Amino acid sequence: MIPTDINEIFLFAAAIFVLLAIAMFYRAVAGPTTQDRLLAVNVLGTNTVVILALLAAGLDQPWFLDIALIYALLNFLMAVAISKFTVERGGVL
Amino acid sequence: MIETVRFWAIIILLALGVFFTFVSAVGVLRLPDVYARAHTASQTDTLGAGLALAAVAVALGWQHATVYTVLLLFFVFITNPTAAHAIARSAAEMDIQPWTADETNDSSGPNLEADDGSDLEESTDGFDGGESR
Repeated sequence: MIPTDINEIFLFAAAIFVLLAIAMFYRAVAGPTTQDRLLAVNVLGTNTVVILALLAAGLDQPWFLDIALIYALLNFLMAVAISKFTVERGGVL
Repeated sequence: MIETVRFWAIIILLALGVFFTFVSAVGVLRLPDVYARAHTASQTDTLGAGLALAAVAVALGWQHATVYTVLLLFFVFITNPTAAHAIARSAAEMDIQPWTADETNDSSGPNLEADDGSDLEESTDGFDGGESR
């Protein structure tokens, strides 16, 4: 149903997203505050979700979307939990 | 004919998604403080991820994996600005001062070393961090 060119285009777009996700490691390492690092890891997680969805379309294996959905859930939980932990440590977390 | 339309729809959605994610990456790497980075991470990264997931949903066609993709798209559209808002609010409650233009009139660029708030005492009174909840 999907021609082969579409699969190669999806894999090429996934490669570009991998490069943009690797660029986030600079802010995650050299960020001056904790929130900079947390924001960089959050953007990297969103890029990872998009990479998993693009690989699901490019490699024609739709069960990658389950992993992408769980990764999006854990990414949001990580961002909210660490940003709450940095403000009131010992409160809820 | 409909295959040609779907092919170019996938190409345009993927190109726009890669473009907006590139803008997000440049913004996170180059903008001066955590609030501006949270701004670009909430808007352009959400738009880029949404357009790329829309391209995946168009490519998969009518099957049950498309439901997962559209669910993932709505989830990213809801939770990514919420996470950026939580990060910016935790930065505000830890009294991290926002970068202003009049602080760097003698340096060549945005000062990345000054956003621990140690030498920005003259702008602290207009920024109440944790009391206004």
